[in-house]
Amino acid sequence: MTETFRMDKAQARLLDETGQGVIGTPMDRPDGPQKVSGRARYAADGTPEGTAHGVLVRATITKGKVAAIHADSISDLPGVIGVVSGPEFIRNPAQGMANAAPVQPGTRVDYHGQPIALVVGESFEAARDGALRLKVDFEAEAGADVDPDTASEVETGDPSAVGDWDSAFDGAAFKVDREFTTAAQVAAAMEPHAAIAEWQGDKLLLRSSLQMLRFNKNEIADSLGIPAENVQILAPFVGGGFGSKLGIGPDAVAAAQAARELGRPVRVVMPRQAVFDSILRRTETTQRVRFAADADGKLRAVGHDDRVSNLWEEGFAEPTSSCSQFLYGADALRFQQSLARNHRTPTGSVRAPGEAVGMLTFEAALDELAEQLDIDPVELRLKNLPDTHPMTGQAFSSRGLAECLRRGAEEFGWSARGKPGARREGDWFIGVGMASAGRPNMLIQASARVRLEAGGATVETDMTDIGTGTYAIFAQIAGEMLGLSADRVTVRLGDTDLPGASGSGGSFGASSSGSAVFLAARKIRAKLAEAMGCDADELTLQDGIARGGNREMAISDLVQSEIVEEAQIEAGKTAESHFSAGYGAHFVEVAVHAWTGEVRVRRMLGIMDIGRVLNEKTARSQAVGGMVWGLGAALTEEISHDPRTGHIVTRDLANYHVASHADVPAQMEVSFLDNRDDEANPMQSRGVGELGISGAGAAVFNAIHNACGVRLYDFPATPDKVIAGLEALGL
Amino acid sequence: MKEFTYARAETLDDAAGQLDETARVIAGGTNLLDLMKLQVMAPEKVVDITRLPDLSEISAEGEGLRIGALVTNSQLAEDHRVRSLYPVLSRAILAGASGQIRNKATTGGNLLQRTRCPYFYDPAMACNKRDPGAGCAAKEGVGRMLAVFGVSDDCLAAHPSDMAVGLRALDAEVEVRSPDSSTRRLKLDELYRLPGDRPDLETTLAVDEIITAVVLPAPEKGAVQAYRKVRDRASYAFALVSVAGNVTLTDGKIARAKLAYGGVAPKPWTNAKVEEMLVGQAPDEALFRKAAEALTADATPHSDNAFKLPMLRRTLIAVLREATGLADASPGTDKTKDAA
Repeated sequence: MTETFRMDKAQARLLDETGQGVIGTPMDRPDGPQKVSGRARYAADGTPEGTAHGVLVRATITKGKVAAIHADSISDLPGVIGVVSGPEFIRNPAQGMANAAPVQPGTRVDYHGQPIALVVGESFEAARDGALRLKVDFEAEAGADVDPDTASEVETGDPSAVGDWDSAFDGAAFKVDREFTTAAQVAAAMEPHAAIAEWQGDKLLLRSSLQMLRFNKNEIADSLGIPAENVQILAPFVGGGFGSKLGIGPDAVAAAQAARELGRPVRVVMPRQAVFDSILRRTETTQRVRFAADADGKLRAVGHDDRVSNLWEEGFAEPTSSCSQFLYGADALRFQQSLARNHRTPTGSVRAPGEAVGMLTFEAALDELAEQLDIDPVELRLKNLPDTHPMTGQAFSSRGLAECLRRGAEEFGWSARGKPGARREGDWFIGVGMASAGRPNMLIQASARVRLEAGGATVETDMTDIGTGTYAIFAQIAGEMLGLSADRVTVRLGDTDLPGASGSGGSFGASSSGSAVFLAARKIRAKLAEAMGCDADELTLQDGIARGGNREMAISDLVQSEIVEEAQIEAGKTAESHFSAGYGAHFVEVAVHAWTGEVRVRRMLGIMDIGRVLNEKTARSQAVGGMVWGLGAALTEEISHDPRTGHIVTRDLANYHVASHADVPAQMEVSFLDNRDDEANPMQSRGVGELGISGAGAAVFNAIHNACGVRLYDFPATPDKVIAGLEALGL
Repeated sequence: MKEFTYARAETLDDAAGQLDETARVIAGGTNLLDLMKLQVMAPEKVVDITRLPDLSEISAEGEGLRIGALVTNSQLAEDHRVRSLYPVLSRAILAGASGQIRNKATTGGNLLQRTRCPYFYDPAMACNKRDPGAGCAAKEGVGRMLAVFGVSDDCLAAHPSDMAVGLRALDAEVEVRSPDSSTRRLKLDELYRLPGDRPDLETTLAVDEIITAVVLPAPEKGAVQAYRKVRDRASYAFALVSVAGNVTLTDGKIARAKLAYGGVAPKPWTNAKVEEMLVGQAPDEALFRKAAEALTADATPHSDNAFKLPMLRRTLIAVLREATGLADASPGTDKTKDAA
């Protein structure tokens, strides 16, 4: 049993002392060539001999039950093997870290699009034909709530508050009190959800596109009613997740159940429309944001309330105010959430749950306050940075927000900003906007094993690489710690037979699982120091050479037999004593067409504080990707739900508009502060994947206002809304 | 996808001879295959005409241009004669779909593509176009992309083509091979039917007629042409509204104005009254505003898409401003070169 390292106190900055010089560098992904040449095997690749193909069938009622599934209606179709359904089927994917089966509704239907059966065929085409033609009888119940605004069941939490909010707000001279709406969104990962299930006796081998294997193993075992030790999941490559693959999905459960019944491997690939229908999406929100301030810009009151939605029995509610609770200080702060239960498609974590939509409105309202106060928006933010967490009183670990704001303003040329409508190029209004970024940083339990042999090192963990760069980063951590170039480190990921990691989610993967790699390597360093006869802190390892105690030896000579160390880390006392978060500042320039209302982003600059940067290239990619998501949230991304059935009408990538290349400016710049977060983890690093989104869309909205004077409160700013705003101003 | 038979036609006669109510012509397949996978369309037979000779050329015809039905969208958009003499057509094509799709999609197929109304695309939803008499789920549903002109109680779907809007502003004609092996020509406007009570019938073609070419008339000297498409993202999205303009100024007055509108009707839309208001007048923003008001006067929007009216008016004004020199030309607005 590996003992657990608890993060109870700040650790020495060992990665600043090691001499290999690979940590933090913009190293290419070692898996890059495999990916771009099509050799990387994703979940649905590498179909085993004798595989049958399954296509999910959806409910076409909103609420009620499945009365009968007429398998005989398709039994004559060529290539159709049969129909599988049953109590194992899950209503929707598990929420992140559920670690148990999601709702298994039996014949009950809770939303239009719910997977209710699997048609299995000899080919994908035959199965799809059968799935589209299968006759199903439903008993529909009328009167299902599908609109969160009018839902009859709303769970309103107690406000979380400090200070005397009412008197702080009422007594202030300057106020903003705005209601915003943000559209529902989907993750739209490039690789659709897919699974291949294969049984050997009572053991299940599952290849699936999943983010958190340690949890997913328990979720599928619980769904199928089998012991978790009988499950092995493989997910060496994942084509994007963004939260939509945190929990086990209906594809995997249906594939496993069908494979068990048929006695042969079954592959289920969800068509894009099915991904829209039943994979967890981001909720639509209504948010009320309130600020009150004195004439000098000192915040007196901060309020952020919301209404989000989900299906019944889902524990997830989008935490829109998560950043609003610690970015700025005030005499009083108040946050309250309402969760409307309804029969729209289920909601869950989509990249940066909370900040992605909460920071849109919070930072847009703050821009309006700055205008009212006639104070520069950067100054207003700098004036209100708190010394300790405004809600909990915790100390902050390193907090570079002020530096991000100042450096961003300088690099962007913020001081040249004019009044709204002042700058025009032909029929285009030009304007600039900014916003802060924030994202709480977490340390999640994780294990990893490192093997050191004469020829190099191997890292083993069930951690996933969802396109984020895990293969590269772990090679860098182990290489740095063991004095090896990264190409001498082999990284094995995505296999539940390896030590259980944090998984990829919440931007905690690289730092949490990477810390387990770091600690396992630190143990190996101790053994090498012992072999060298020196103290561990005297030991230097570089380019395969160990130095210490006035000796120098090749590491390959030092390693008589393989040294294997495993480490486990979990959060400890620093998580209570200190509040750790990533910070940043976004600066954006947009053009708004005076006649057509089109908005084009001309440049974006993000300055980020993520503690120690582990790989400058993959971190930058994460930040840029997040900023593109922010741009999409501000301008293009919107799910439309049918007002009668609650199903998603825009259920393909032609009608759900993620930002296209033409939407993304060529000038997309990111830079990182050279910072350390001593309380976060032993590597002093923080998450980055979700920080880039946080606030980016608000900066776009604020730039629209600076360009043409239009303030919008309904995201995204599609041209129709901009035109309505222009016409309201008489433009 | 339901099983179907596939036939590769060797000649036009051969192709036409294989066509009946249960068969469909396939060329690029960029729309038909999607619809077949979803079982929105389920022909028993597809007749592949891509190997037919002589339909892939762009050639001079009189002072105009004859575009074979199998000319791909990419080929047409990049043709130097089209770019210099009929730039609105290049601009319209390039405003649609993606590079990959334009490489496959053909001229004839583009004209005959089906609406992207999401209720048409979802077999679980009632659709009179897919299943005559079934009802229209879009009417009380999500209606952002629906039409505002030419709709009926049975169907509100918009025609999705950009290319066809450009062709309409050029007064293009469509050449059709009739069952008796003769050819007939019709104005593009005569190709399309409004939905009325039979939205499943979208064109005036007989089941065994095949589009063989599109013919452009002689180019207008000195015209300014523009295609302006407003959509929910900068690329790869269908038009909320689009305006194709083909305008000639003589002695400071508008001598000729051909305007067509996309994203707003079951076919490329035009309004002769608007053009009459403009012709003979000096360009002036107040005049353009009046013309734009006239354009949208008889629109019948869905509750979700009344925004298309001001958007269409403003886009028309923007196009006219650029086409008549009241504003600087932006990408999408081109002065035609004189014919060689």
